[in-house]
Amino acid sequence: MKIAISSSGMTLESDVDPRFGRCPYYIIYETENDSFEPVENKSGQAAGGAGIQAAQMISSMKVESVISGNIGPNAFRVLSAASVKIYSGATGSIKNAVEKFKKGEYKQTGGPDVVSHFGMGRG
Amino acid sequence: MVISVASGKGGTGKTTVAVNLALSLDNVQLLDCDVEEPNSHIFIKPVFKSKSKVFIPIPVVDKTKCDGCGRCQEVCIYNAVAIAGKKVLIFPELCHGCGSCTYFCPHDAIKEENEEIGVVEAGEKSSIQFIHGKLNIGKMMAPPVIRAVKKHINKKKTVIIDAPPGTSCPVITAIKGTDFVILVTEPTPFGLNDLMLAVEVVRKLKIPFGVIVNRSDLGNKKTDDYCAREHISILMKIPFSKKIAGIYSRGDSIVEAMPEYREKFRELFEKIKQNKDESSAK
Amino acid sequence: MKQIVIISGKGGTGKTVIAGAFAALARDKVMADCDVDAADLHLLLGSTIKKTYVFKSGFTAFTHRDRCEGCGVCRTACRFEAVRENFSIDPISCEGCAFCSFICPRQAIEMKANISGKWFISETRFGPLVHARLGIAEENSGKLVALVRQKAEEIAAEKNCRWIIIDGSPGIGCPVIASITGTDCAVIVIEPTLSGLHDARRVIDVAGHFNVPVRVIINKYDLNCDMTEKIEHWFKDKNIKILGKVGFSKAVVRSVVEGKTIIEYSENKVTRTLRSIWRLIEEEL
Repeated sequence: MKIAISSSGMTLESDVDPRFGRCPYYIIYETENDSFEPVENKSGQAAGGAGIQAAQMISSMKVESVISGNIGPNAFRVLSAASVKIYSGATGSIKNAVEKFKKGEYKQTGGPDVVSHFGMGRG
Repeated sequence: MVISVASGKGGTGKTTVAVNLALSLDNVQLLDCDVEEPNSHIFIKPVFKSKSKVFIPIPVVDKTKCDGCGRCQEVCIYNAVAIAGKKVLIFPELCHGCGSCTYFCPHDAIKEENEEIGVVEAGEKSSIQFIHGKLNIGKMMAPPVIRAVKKHINKKKTVIIDAPPGTSCPVITAIKGTDFVILVTEPTPFGLNDLMLAVEVVRKLKIPFGVIVNRSDLGNKKTDDYCAREHISILMKIPFSKKIAGIYSRGDSIVEAMPEYREKFRELFEKIKQNKDESSAK
Repeated sequence: MKQIVIISGKGGTGKTVIAGAFAALARDKVMADCDVDAADLHLLLGSTIKKTYVFKSGFTAFTHRDRCEGCGVCRTACRFEAVRENFSIDPISCEGCAFCSFICPRQAIEMKANISGKWFISETRFGPLVHARLGIAEENSGKLVALVRQKAEEIAAEKNCRWIIIDGSPGIGCPVIASITGTDCAVIVIEPTLSGLHDARRVIDVAGHFNVPVRVIINKYDLNCDMTEKIEHWFKDKNIKILGKVGFSKAVVRSVVEGKTIIEYSENKVTRTLRSIWRLIEEEL
């Protein structure tokens, strides 16, 4: 199955990015054959609705689950509507996150972690 | 005549000027359009008589008619409409109320409903009719609330508008269409820096304007020089005084505590009438 | 690395002067001026612009007259009174919604990327400064503020700085939110006036919403000592710590006129108070 992880970089050694809507990249990982591709997040620069735009892009890629540091309320709403499973609170490297996910160590998130605009002020 | 009081920088004395000018004249309306942080009611202390909510039209989708075609999402520039799992999701806080999605839906599945973003309160104090607007916390759009306040303009009265500080779009909404703009500044590098930005705005809007220098003895001569060079008329100078600062801090008005200022504000009004007729905007 | 933002709710309380003082007192820092509508901090720090960038946000409609047949549908559609009688667009009123562009039967209206401001990286007496200038009549969505913050963080990481000192936006909207999120402390500068207290309450709500710890400085406190006392009680009730009270001093205005921070200008009760406030901040963070 395909999972999407918010990432600060383009490789498995990159860190999980704490912001779903404004992270620079996503790593789209196929757990069946352990292949992956980095996808640039063009929503990061949106004035408003970055989370919304990002969530739509991810769900259009037929991703089954999303792993991130934090998910805001708008992205949460879009992903839930598309029946994408959401796992938040992830830290460390992408590689690490994938392993933890495969082992079932992440719990599905019931609601948004942060208020809207969380990603706005940070670098 | 409608006079707006603005400034590039906050804290220069805009509200002080608007309030005291209103208290010095007859047959006046004072409109506080600084809807994020309205303050002039603190000084006027009006008796409020009415309160009305301000709404913006937000699209609502009729799910029975919607087929998830996505046309609404395509025409929304603001990301306020999302499609996920064949469902349409509306995000009201991003919506600018432009009406595009409603118009372009091929199935007539969207209609607009009102969402509250603020309030307008109206009241009176002696012969002043007072109106102010308050943007609800968490709401981002000041202009619709400002427009709602300005709907109360009665051209038979002398209308004074206390505008928000700065030069961004809420300020434009407040001063657009007024007959004269008073720019309040202080004679410091901060004041001058921001005055120059404000002058650019008022010139673009082609409204006659003049400057009031507040705390005029605390600073340097550069503001005077700038105004002279640019042929901008300095309508009034208010020197710094601990007495005035104290009066302001208590929420009292200068003209009530220091009646000599009433005459000065009346003179200011006469100058403005003259200025407007000569149309000093270049 | 710690980030500290100085905000005020209301303009003119002395936010920028205090931010300037902290810039002079802190070691190894980067400054960020997030008051993009009326940026002033650079005037105190002796700055030289090293790099200028253009900031684009949203769109503005533009009518190609050669394609326009004058049907007027655009004017009917536009809710912002931005389409003139001759069907050209008033860029000041245009909100970039593109309704006119979508509806025009001749595709005569183009949406052009809007240059809504500029941002700069400058060198100052105290280190690098990131600042910006929002264009006239532009929507202050907070995006430009977020960009200033981001660039300041990049520079701080590069240079291994201990502090980012942020001169925040006034008000309570998105620019303030973008100034506050992710900082380690928000210092609210308040004057002893009724309006000051009124506005500070609104901005404290915003800071609380974003889980940023709040501290207070009462500026020009001796202009109304009764009010100052009232404010002190109010904050004590809310369990919000007051870092200190700074007195009114004409020397502050003179320092601004000379383009210096008050710390450099003279040694007096104001600078002594500010120094002890900074020491408190350093200890806490």
